[in-house]
Amino acid sequence: MIRVCAVEDVPPGEGRNVSVGDLRLAVFRTDSGWYATEAGCPHMQGPLADGIVADASVICPLHERRFSLQTGAEINGSLCVKTYRAVVHRDDVYILADVPVLAGA
Amino acid sequence: MSSKRVLIIGGGIAGQAAAESIREHDQDASITMICGEPRLPYDRVRLSEILVDGSSADTLALRPAEWYEDQRVETITGAWVIAVDSDARTITLADGRELSYDALVLATGSVPLMPPIPGIDLPGVHAFRGPEDCEQIRVAASRPGVRAVVIGGGLLGLEAARGIVAQGAPVTVVHLVDRLMERQLDAAAAGLLVPKFAEMGVSVELERATDQIFSRPSGAVAGLNFADGESLDADLVVVSIGIRPELTLAREAGVELDRGIVVDDTMATSLPGIWALGECAQHDGIVHGLVAPIHDQARVLGETLTGAGAARYRGSTPSAKLKVAGIDLVSIGHAEGDSEVISSDTAAGVYRKLVVRDGRAAGAVLLGDIRGHEALLAEITAAAEVEDPLGRLAEAAVATPADLPDDAQICNCNGVCKGQLVSAVVEDGCNTPLEVMSRTRAGTGCGSCKPAVIEIVQSAGGGANEPAYLCACAKQTREQLAARIREDGLQSVSDVSGACGTGRECGACKPALAYLVSEVNDNRHREERHARFINDRVHANIQNDGTFSVVPRMYGGVTSPDELRRIADAAEKYNVRMVKVTGGQRIDLLGVDKEDLPAIWRDLGMPSGHAYAKAVRTVKTCVGRDFCRFGIGDSVKLGIDLEHAWEGLYTPAKVKGGVSGCPRNCAEATVKDIGVVAVEGGWQVRVGGAAGANVREADILTTVETRAEALRISTVFLQYYRENADYKERAYDFVPRIGLEEIRAVVEDETRAGELLERFRIAKAAAFDPWLERDEPYHERQFSDLDDVELVGPPAGGER
Repeated sequence: MIRVCAVEDVPPGEGRNVSVGDLRLAVFRTDSGWYATEAGCPHMQGPLADGIVADASVICPLHERRFSLQTGAEINGSLCVKTYRAVVHRDDVYILADVPVLAGA
Repeated sequence: MSSKRVLIIGGGIAGQAAAESIREHDQDASITMICGEPRLPYDRVRLSEILVDGSSADTLALRPAEWYEDQRVETITGAWVIAVDSDARTITLADGRELSYDALVLATGSVPLMPPIPGIDLPGVHAFRGPEDCEQIRVAASRPGVRAVVIGGGLLGLEAARGIVAQGAPVTVVHLVDRLMERQLDAAAAGLLVPKFAEMGVSVELERATDQIFSRPSGAVAGLNFADGESLDADLVVVSIGIRPELTLAREAGVELDRGIVVDDTMATSLPGIWALGECAQHDGIVHGLVAPIHDQARVLGETLTGAGAARYRGSTPSAKLKVAGIDLVSIGHAEGDSEVISSDTAAGVYRKLVVRDGRAAGAVLLGDIRGHEALLAEITAAAEVEDPLGRLAEAAVATPADLPDDAQICNCNGVCKGQLVSAVVEDGCNTPLEVMSRTRAGTGCGSCKPAVIEIVQSAGGGANEPAYLCACAKQTREQLAARIREDGLQSVSDVSGACGTGRECGACKPALAYLVSEVNDNRHREERHARFINDRVHANIQNDGTFSVVPRMYGGVTSPDELRRIADAAEKYNVRMVKVTGGQRIDLLGVDKEDLPAIWRDLGMPSGHAYAKAVRTVKTCVGRDFCRFGIGDSVKLGIDLEHAWEGLYTPAKVKGGVSGCPRNCAEATVKDIGVVAVEGGWQVRVGGAAGANVREADILTTVETRAEALRISTVFLQYYRENADYKERAYDFVPRIGLEEIRAVVEDETRAGELLERFRIAKAAAFDPWLERDEPYHERQFSDLDDVELVGPPAGGER
């Protein structure tokens, strides 16, 4: 589990980008909970965090491709975005990501 | 077995159609398309469009670049194949690369025929075949005083003539035979066509055999000499007398040739493993030069090459449509036959003929009124029996596309039949004509079939009798939601979502809902940025790389040395990638990072230009009375006043304005959403103009005496539009939908106009410059990402 932000860091109904080591993620705060995906739309690397978020989907701002935040699957399409589990504990948001933990630092 | 390796030589409509058909039947085949031109396949049929408006060849692309990636079709552009070894099954490219194949598709198309006459190689003599030709012709035709001649009065020659005349040069079409488009038209229809072209500034000279193109001493073209001894002066000559199949490579490969590459009913050539289609192929003695047969052939080729089916090609019915704005002309099959029925109104320029051979439909010519052409094409293709030809012709004029059989081809550019459109609605669940068009690609070529596509989609139940929903998921219309917002006093998007479920499932309608909530509440709503598109959350326009563009407001397009200095300094300080002067008389700073936006706005010290928003963006002006010799009105002052009056208010779709100081109309006010033109004694107020994908001349709403009155009337219209247009409905769609008479009645009704102005005043009072959020952001991270997370592991030596 990696802490990515405080709950108040993301406005309700929006997404924000975060770098976790070498990984670039988008974190979303929706009415149905928190979600995280890879930051770039698999179509043309549009910033998903800037997309319009509904209960559990996001629309890429560049070409309006829509992805389920739960499964990552494109709705009405064949692309897929990588998803990560996001959980809230007290006032902080954590993600479960398979990232190499750097020694030392 | 490893997957089949398919090489397609030729990146035209035929190569593309072959690739699509092969991929449809074989998901595993490796497909490589070799394109001679330095670009991906484009719709050559629409070539004259880029001659007319100078747009780039990219606008004609048959598929976007990502399609080739999605479909795993490799493309090699700007490459020429110089050798084929049909035994070893390899080809060699001009750069020496060798590629092997299991199946080779020759789609090499054709080259323009150039008559072997003296002077054909002179500078100023052009073929009309590719985007490069169009560009050269355009440049030549837009020089002042140029006289142009097109040799060849066929379909393509006439389209070229139309393109040249659009650049302002007078054009003469000289044609060898006694009528235009003799392959598609009978004498009567061809005769009616001549005056139609004359009206556009294209004159026609028939039975002119060009002997020689002569030059000036400088070597540039000067004119034509004809066989009858006459001559014609010309500075620009375009040759469009026909095409011949491009057979160089086929000859080298050793396949059987006649006038084209001989193919059988499976589209196979005489050599195993080699197929051919399109304008280079000859089937049953016929070399087709039109687009519809290509799609028929590609369907067969896809099946037979992959072994997926046993389709056979039995020939195509030639059908051609002239793509010249203002002239409707369709020709199908034979233009003449043993029985012909004609309905004609020469004064109106209408001519309709049905040709019958042996009691069966064999051809049709429709000029000036092409209704029913889809149905007639289907009947002629099927050689349907016709008992009462006159009755049939009359019926066809009133038949709707809904009456067509499923196999009637609707979109000739992309080979889409009615059945495919219906199944997109019924089986694939497409709800609107737009969805059907993007799924089937019907209507995305030359666009002339769009009305038929829309009608078919609607009659199939696709958005047909369904209202235009604001929220398609919850099936709620703008009117229903507006009423609910009013009755229940809903103040925000969340209020509406909570009360009606709107915008929760897909969220796509949230910006429309956000606009509606703000509009109904006269801009005194509770703003929720999550419902706004990113542009309206950060007040800048997102670009394809995720950076933003910044356009400060310059009222009426007027700026100052001081502003220009600040713009220049900001552009340097923030490493702006491009500084671009826009069509709306603004300066666009492109490539600004989101987190730099507040700082760049502060440095600029200018208000937001709203270039990212559905709002009043610009009012373009000419210099007007104060400077111009011809100016009769103070257009700059009015433009500035309009922008101040309208600035900061959101609208259903973007609004572009213009004010011209005299009827010469240098501010192009007649193609703006709202335009004002100074005329003798007053100001003409126009609404609903367009100069984008479609061009529409703005309707004259009214003419008033004073600047103040022009401002008042245009503001009444703006507010009426704000309250009644659907989201994303531009004024140029809104005006014809409501009707000019209705709009006039509203603005001329003093009570209603007064009420509109009062609501406008209230909404305007609540408007503010969004760039002030640089100092008062709605959220601490309005413009910024989350902080980077440093990954810190356990101490060295510990477990990972």
